[in-house]
Amino acid sequence: MEVKNFIENFAAQFDQTDASQFSFDTKFRDLEEWSSIIALSVMAMIDEEYDIQLKGDEMRNSNTIEELFNMVNSKL
Amino acid sequence: MYNPYSLKGKTILVTGASSGIGKAIAIECSKLGATVIILGRDKSRLNETLNQILTPNSQQFCIDLTNYEEVNSLIFSMPKLDGIVNSAGIGSTILFQFASIEKIKNIFDVNFFAPVEFTRLLLKSKKINKNGSIVFLSSIDGPINAHIGNSSYSASKAALAAVSKSLAVELATKGIRVNYLMPGQTETPLIHNDSITEEQLKIDISKYPMGRYGRPEEIAYGAIYFLSDASSFTTGSGLVIDGGFTLQ
Repeated sequence: MEVKNFIENFAAQFDQTDASQFSFDTKFRDLEEWSSIIALSVMAMIDEEYDIQLKGDEMRNSNTIEELFNMVNSKL
Repeated sequence: MYNPYSLKGKTILVTGASSGIGKAIAIECSKLGATVIILGRDKSRLNETLNQILTPNSQQFCIDLTNYEEVNSLIFSMPKLDGIVNSAGIGSTILFQFASIEKIKNIFDVNFFAPVEFTRLLLKSKKINKNGSIVFLSSIDGPINAHIGNSSYSASKAALAAVSKSLAVELATKGIRVNYLMPGQTETPLIHNDSITEEQLKIDISKYPMGRYGRPEEIAYGAIYFLSDASSFTTGSGLVIDGGFTLQ
């Protein structure tokens, strides 16, 4: 799994936030556009792209893209 | 004792009886005197349900209702029925953009095609007695309201409500009635899944005017009304059992 690719896939779930705002250490919960629907989108993206089904609690406990990436990576 | 809701002398078949609402319906039907035939996919959990059913001659069949060949041969060996409750179903939260045809089909296979085909085969083989009652488990989600991520699930449940009404008209002259239940959130294993956190559930519960979700038995009592002679003039009806949730 590529970091760059993961960040791009993550960013694709947002409509208003510019792609340049996303990096490995982005605290996505602080983004203005962040919402529970985007959380669901991110979980569905991870299922579709990486075939990993995150639990609701695992999503809730992640705060940065890096944490999420590591979580997915550990399940691959 | 006078009881228009009695199911004494009736044989009732319940699908999805290994857990949740189906299990409660099977048990409550037996308490009201029905001989119960329970269907489910999980043999050990089906056994647990059967152990709580008191009426003699009650039977269980472990079957996957999406396997139509198996269903066909099972129906052949079925006794005549006075009522069926199609309660087998699955839940699924998936945002529309990710709801591929494959995923939608998966939900429709279990929630819509299986109960519809099962009912069709029972009718075709004349297994449902005159004055019989057919009950489908729909939902408030679909026929009445909506939730984020529930497009496929709610579409399958709205489709069941539509089939119930059409079938009610078609079967009226045969004296067979068709009705459907629309529960709100009910305390079953279906709602305690990994995609929803307990905290999210708590927030959702707070939106219910009665301050709680339904209990499986409370949905079962609705099924009992439809199965009993108390509803002999009721067909094509949907009953909302949701603690007032859809009133708001």
